[in-house]
Amino acid sequence: MKFKRPECLTKESMHYCPGCGHGIIHRLIAEVIDEDYKESKIIGVAPVGCAVFIYDYFNFDFVAAAHGRATAAATGVKRSIPDALVFSYQGDGDIAAIGTSEVIHAATRGENFTAIFVNNGVYAMTGGQMAPTTIPGQVTVSSPYGRDPKVQGYHIKLCEMLVPLDGVAFVARTSIHNLKNIEFTKKAIRRAFEVQMNNEGFSIIEVLSNCPTNWGLSPSESMKRIENEVLKYYSLGIFKDKGRGI
Amino acid sequence: MKILMKGNEAIAEAALRAGCECFFGYPITPQTELLQYMAKKLLKNGGVFIQAESEVGAINMAYGASSCGKRVMTSSSGPGISLKQEGISYLAGAELPCVIVNIMRGGPGLGNINAAQSDYLQATKGGGHGDYKVIVLAPSSVQEAVELTIKAFDLADKYRNPVMILGDGMLGQMMEVVEFDENYQPQKVEKLWAVTGERNREKRVTNSLYIVPEELEKHNLKLKEKYKKIKENEVMVEEYLADDAKVIFVSFGMCARIVKSAVNRLRQAGEKVGLVRPITLWPFPENELKSYALKEEVEFFIDVEMNLGQMLEDVKLSLEGKKEVHFYGRTGGMVPTIQEIMDFYYSLKK
Repeated sequence: MKFKRPECLTKESMHYCPGCGHGIIHRLIAEVIDEDYKESKIIGVAPVGCAVFIYDYFNFDFVAAAHGRATAAATGVKRSIPDALVFSYQGDGDIAAIGTSEVIHAATRGENFTAIFVNNGVYAMTGGQMAPTTIPGQVTVSSPYGRDPKVQGYHIKLCEMLVPLDGVAFVARTSIHNLKNIEFTKKAIRRAFEVQMNNEGFSIIEVLSNCPTNWGLSPSESMKRIENEVLKYYSLGIFKDKGRGI
Repeated sequence: MKILMKGNEAIAEAALRAGCECFFGYPITPQTELLQYMAKKLLKNGGVFIQAESEVGAINMAYGASSCGKRVMTSSSGPGISLKQEGISYLAGAELPCVIVNIMRGGPGLGNINAAQSDYLQATKGGGHGDYKVIVLAPSSVQEAVELTIKAFDLADKYRNPVMILGDGMLGQMMEVVEFDENYQPQKVEKLWAVTGERNREKRVTNSLYIVPEELEKHNLKLKEKYKKIKENEVMVEEYLADDAKVIFVSFGMCARIVKSAVNRLRQAGEKVGLVRPITLWPFPENELKSYALKEEVEFFIDVEMNLGQMLEDVKLSLEGKKEVHFYGRTGGMVPTIQEIMDFYYSLKK
């Protein structure tokens, strides 16, 4: 097998910290687009947070949205250009805190785009503060004694929240902590894009990712943390695939 | 053909005639008929209409659609415009055209739903974060609202900038006879910056992020140059019986219409008064006002507003201290009467 750079990735070096999962997830999106959507119109909607420069790494059009508003901006984009493949790329602060309203309503309306939600359990770019996705007991700079559900409440499970909504066609939670799950993530992205292009409704993939810098772990230790700790709170799988009766 | 139309509906109809393809809104009194009119007409015409989950959602949908090169409108009233300010700052930063209608109500906070001019400062001084300007047009009749709405779309495209129609509850709710130019064809502007997703050209990005300080400063200076051009070319003002006036009233929007009636009555009584009505609130007609301040026969100015004097500082800055300005205003959603304005004038002449 020949290993080469996907064509829809630019030659730009990524700014992400060493060992960060964004690079892997970007590559998976690029591979799916190269393989299935070479000639298609593509529009990405960029977030605020670590992936704020995502538009530098892909060589197709992007709209850079305000913090949390990517699913609203993507709604405007997809409604304007219905034949384009449109995806938002958002972190957990972006989609599960400030943008909760926008994602729930885009999903409810059955907006025909795909949200790619990268869950690393912290506000990474801002310096490692507690996110809505921070798991119980996790120490962050704004939950220095560990997240205590009695004080700071529980972690949000966005996928599980979206499944019952009629406008939602595809929901999956995947991870990138090992090869098997990286492959599963790619499959989920491929399926979500397919669901979108079949006009079935809203699709979302939550990808459990790592943040070696803010977790204070080496890249390999951070992958182990996903497996040993994060997965206790977030189960993986395809939760909904309307077209296939799931 | 002359037809009787409610202000909000006339603005919506004008927007459709100006080629508005996408409308995103959220109901709020006293502008809701605009949204309802769009709901009825836009989908039928193959356009995009979404009643968003919030004003924040609506303005960001507008941001997305405008990025794609569409002619886009959103509308609201004071409290909703406050929520839209985040998105307006992003639209200005990313240089995206968008028409935003604010049919004002009384504030602050929840205030009330009566006619007021409570958002002048918010509309003209940026409103959101950062160094930016929105073109602000203030109609004083339903007919003028129609004309300015059409102009707003052209200005938005010409300068790649948000344009606000600033009216009050009275303008939105009242019915007047309007006439549409049946021969009007909306301008088609080539938007070579628009994000359309095509792959056979260089990629396009709409964005307001300039992480390198030097680059952001360069961007802000470029915007400043654009705003300078707008100031030079787009000022609109109505001067009414002001040529030989000794006292100049300054007022905008529907309030100016009441002042106009007061001016007529005072003229009938032999008083030499006139009215200068800014139509563009930003850019503000500084030079036009100043030219009256420089006239020897002009004794003083009276600024009349339906607030506590939000435009007053722009009037004062324009006059450069050369003449005195008195202020008469009603707030809380109260509309000044012709008699009140005349009484105020006479109290000053004593």
